[in-house]
Amino acid sequence: MATRSLPILLLALLGLLVANLMFGAVSIPFKSILEGFQVGNANYFTVHEYRFPRTILAMLVGAMMALAGALVQGVIRNPLASPDVLGVSHGAGLAAVFYMTFFPDADIRWLPAVALIGSLIAALMLWWLCGQHSSTIKLAITGVALAALYASCIDFLMLVKPLEINNALLWLTGSLWGRGWNQLSMLLPWLLLIPFALWLAKPLNLIHLGDDSAISLGIKANKLRLASLAIAVGLTASCVAICGPIGFLGLVAPHLTRKLVGGRHQILLPSTMLVGAILLLLADLVARTIDPPIELPAGIMTAIIGAPYFLWLLLRTK
Amino acid sequence: MSLSTHNLSVGYHDKAIVKQVDLTIPEGKIIALLGPNGCGKSTLLKAMARILSPMEGQVHWQGKNLHSIASKKLAQQLALLPQTQPIPEGIKVKDLVAYGRSPYTGFWGRINKDDQVIIDKMMEETGITELADQLVSELSGGQRQRVWLAMTLAQDTPYLLLDEPTTYMDLSHQVELMHLLRKLNLQGKTIITVLHDINQAARYCDHLIVMKQGEIITQGSPESVLTQKLLKKVFSLNAQIHQDPIAKTPMCVVE
Repeated sequence: MATRSLPILLLALLGLLVANLMFGAVSIPFKSILEGFQVGNANYFTVHEYRFPRTILAMLVGAMMALAGALVQGVIRNPLASPDVLGVSHGAGLAAVFYMTFFPDADIRWLPAVALIGSLIAALMLWWLCGQHSSTIKLAITGVALAALYASCIDFLMLVKPLEINNALLWLTGSLWGRGWNQLSMLLPWLLLIPFALWLAKPLNLIHLGDDSAISLGIKANKLRLASLAIAVGLTASCVAICGPIGFLGLVAPHLTRKLVGGRHQILLPSTMLVGAILLLLADLVARTIDPPIELPAGIMTAIIGAPYFLWLLLRTK
Repeated sequence: MSLSTHNLSVGYHDKAIVKQVDLTIPEGKIIALLGPNGCGKSTLLKAMARILSPMEGQVHWQGKNLHSIASKKLAQQLALLPQTQPIPEGIKVKDLVAYGRSPYTGFWGRINKDDQVIIDKMMEETGITELADQLVSELSGGQRQRVWLAMTLAQDTPYLLLDEPTTYMDLSHQVELMHLLRKLNLQGKTIITVLHDINQAARYCDHLIVMKQGEIITQGSPESVLTQKLLKKVFSLNAQIHQDPIAKTPMCVVE
């Protein structure tokens, strides 16, 4: 299964990368894209300054969010778990909105750090409420409740401080609009988390068999859980800081991938990054081209696909 | 000699279920842990498999505290088959059995030729070779139990800890399992298993350890342990002890 899926996924990714460069408010023919990278070309601004960094950003954010979801689902052993379900994304979102509301003139470059603090607090809150040895279902339910709490805090902030909030509103729906080289350079250091995540592939396979078996096979279950969640929190926070909480990506992508390539994390983790990248590229492409020149936030697109998927999962697991 | 507990108390949520147990596991035997529900036999097994940390006392492996030994090294010595297992999604039978080789593989979990030989052998011993390419989630309870057993065996440890391994198995597979355990025992493995069926334990095991309310009541050969008095005391059962007409081992028949 895996050997057949990987080339197809790679091709799809490549196709979408090109499509994202070609289509938008103005269509650029395939042949002119390469020329667009040359300074002074008529399409230089559109291709090099606008579409290219945004496309790369969509690819990376999609891959990182999917990876974060796979890590969380791996250690929580619950198909419903993902950073957005556990409230980590909304924790990051709340911290960022708080920052933008009360420090409107502050440097936007601090946003990833602020979002990271928010998601860390959200994760610690979850850990503190559920304890180390809590059941996965308790963790998931507590996470959903906390996510709702953070979401209402965000709403509260936006109602109390409506003037400062235009920027936040756009950001909160999860959008790649106006994101370019600056945001891309902000995201780059966080890519270092990816090799650490891949390093966990083998123990993640074993924790999938239950804590008892994993410990018996030589895994330190609690340490692994902590490491995985910490990496997932870092990946989520950095993505949320740049694009806002793009919903359901971390939930849906690992799921689809598990159906495609199976549950071995050596294949699942790299594949889910491909699938996440494909999904977000597709969402952003559709969002930009459905009614040009109006751009819908990509987060709305992922929610349109993701929410029914979540419901289907919920119904299936009872 | 190798596996022993010293004044061991262990339990859940600060409540001791196993209370101050001193036990030395006789090496090279098939040992059954028996007792009524909630007597602490599974808890004791989990403590010996370092799943649970002692509240008091210690578990020793070759004279050293179990929890001070590197986990990967210990995983090459002790293997546990838990009582219940989650159903992994998207995992094939052959992959699950291969996970049993994890204590020997590198960080990426790559399987070499020697590993593959052991994996194939254990799948054959447990009769799951023809299930190799099926998903674990599509198997019946009894089949799944045998797949997990194969994975535990693939860990290739001198000590095997089994928590009610016959659960979900039909009678013929139960008998096959007990024969397989004897075969592994003759190859030198020490096997400690929690069993529900007293007669099964008496017939197939060398050494019985009987527990009640977190304490060890008695232990020894089936002949010395199984008495009318014990069954009354531990299980509140009025039963007679007869000789199994085929295996010549003691057998209890409830009145």
